[in-house]
Amino acid sequence: MSSVGGKRLRSSIFRPQSLLIGVVVLWFAALILVPTLALANKALEGGFRPFWNAILSSDARRAFALTIGITALATVVNTLFGLAFAMVLVRQRFWGRALADGIVDLPFAVSPIIAGLMLVIVYGPNGWLGSSLASLGWRVVYSWPGMVLATLFVTLPFVVREVVPVLREFGIDQEEVARTLGAGRWRTFWQVTLPSIRWGLAYGVTLTVARSLGEFGALLVVSGNILGRTQTATLYIHDTIEGFEPEGAYAASVVLAGISFVLLIGMEQLRKYVEVRESGQSE
Amino acid sequence: MGIAVRNLSKRFGSFQAVDNVSFEVPEGQLVALLGPSGSGKSTILRIIAGLEPADSGEVELTGEDATNLPVQRRGVGFVFQHYALFRHMTVRQNVAFGLEVKKVPKPEIQRRVDELLDLIQLAGYAGRYPSQLSGGQRQRVALARALAPRPKVLLLDEPFGALDSRVRDELRTWLRKLHDEVHVTSLFVTHDQQEAFEVSDQIVVLNKGKIEQMGPPQWLYEHPASPFVTEFLGAVNVLPLDSVLSMDEVREEAPLPLDLPSQDGPVMIYVRPHDLDVLRESDGRPGWFANLRRLTPLGGLVRLELRLHGGTDILVQLTRERSQELGLVESEDVFVVPRNWKVFHDPGESLVPDYVI
Repeated sequence: MSSVGGKRLRSSIFRPQSLLIGVVVLWFAALILVPTLALANKALEGGFRPFWNAILSSDARRAFALTIGITALATVVNTLFGLAFAMVLVRQRFWGRALADGIVDLPFAVSPIIAGLMLVIVYGPNGWLGSSLASLGWRVVYSWPGMVLATLFVTLPFVVREVVPVLREFGIDQEEVARTLGAGRWRTFWQVTLPSIRWGLAYGVTLTVARSLGEFGALLVVSGNILGRTQTATLYIHDTIEGFEPEGAYAASVVLAGISFVLLIGMEQLRKYVEVRESGQSE
Repeated sequence: MGIAVRNLSKRFGSFQAVDNVSFEVPEGQLVALLGPSGSGKSTILRIIAGLEPADSGEVELTGEDATNLPVQRRGVGFVFQHYALFRHMTVRQNVAFGLEVKKVPKPEIQRRVDELLDLIQLAGYAGRYPSQLSGGQRQRVALARALAPRPKVLLLDEPFGALDSRVRDELRTWLRKLHDEVHVTSLFVTHDQQEAFEVSDQIVVLNKGKIEQMGPPQWLYEHPASPFVTEFLGAVNVLPLDSVLSMDEVREEAPLPLDLPSQDGPVMIYVRPHDLDVLRESDGRPGWFANLRRLTPLGGLVRLELRLHGGTDILVQLTRERSQELGLVESEDVFVVPRNWKVFHDPGESLVPDYVI
């Protein structure tokens, strides 16, 4: 019996599918898994105490607070704006719609550093808008508003891109029926449209959050990287990596990566849970 | 009047979808808007509902002018071809939607939903989601949802178009029975002549945005006012005047029952396949000698394809009994006698692709 089982196992190892699976798993491991484990290992090298101290240092704490604050603000604004924009793109006909559709993808095409530079040109102290805003006492660049703007720019497409196809597929029939049943615009949106696009929306929001947490290039240019004032978690990592206390960098990296990872996993689980509950609502 | 529509017109770009249409649906009747695609019927329905603004004209619902009212305030129930149920809500929540908008108290909503679920025979399905229902069930829920807030008027846009034929037949009968119980003024759109006949009290026949004719189904069938209506409401043979004038066996004593129109111009004769009788030999009545090209049994009826000696091809429909009585064989020569026909000016082209009952 066991020899038969062994023979089966041996022959299966050499079948093309298993080979392919093996290659894919190896690739995944080499590219993602191993570096991640190496990072975690490095961060906890000196033991748990130094790791914990590094995270709780005031610089690190301020950096994370700033990152979370910017992420929250950028996500809320881009969700609202993205939803509105998606509704307009899908439901309205207007001249330049194809153009608007293309522009939404612009942040993908532009390197974040260039995005940061563009923002400095416009909103910097000598910039087109920056100079007028400065006379009003508002500093945009080298301060948190500029960083929020930069994050808004790079995460602009996510909500729009995830919502548009879902909205399009959803069609307007249900909305029209709701109106014949007496529902006004707001109720129709809230009770009919929004629930139907919630997964596209949720996914877009998750991508926005993940991207915001990890934004670096644009923030580097726009923030001036002032320690304690305009230094986000990513900028903090950048600084400490070259300095005398690389433990700060490793610790912060692990925490940041951990947050994103948990986010994405939680999102996937939630999605599966709801799908099961509503027994395959997509039709 | 349940629904009154006056001088309605609507254009999409350069396409005139609805052209000065006026008609009335009496209170409590079930009327069909029948026509080929592109005839404007769905557009008219949507204008009545308020989902589409008309370029000009008025809409009146139960005697009140509704032309400038937004959809929400018109009190219409609408049923779409593809159900348009709220997928993320249960059957109960779907049906209750209109009542919740009106802020009806919860116990009353509960009662009304139960009442309707009984009416549509889906009493145990309240907790199900649309994805768990069959097409026919979904459409019934859509109907219940539309009826829940007691609308003044019920509008249905090709309600059975998305269902397969057996379910369609069942639901047609069911809709008619439902209407007999509920008596809401109803207007439904269809391109299926048979459906319109089975379900409606009256039919409005539309073509290219204009009304061709309106009336009860059987009356329309027997008294069509135009070539289009004749051709659309059932199979019909279209014969040029010469064929008729050159009929065999025309004699003084048995003149042609032909009322030619007073104006000049080419004229066509329209004869229904079941208004032709077939004999083995001439019996003295005006008729044609013809050759039987093909005989197709269709259950209770038999279809004969005949070629007249003049060269024209015609279709004749006989009952199974009559066909058996005659005992015909293909390529036999026979004599065809018309019982009834209609005369119209030649419209120039065939208005309608081959629609056969």
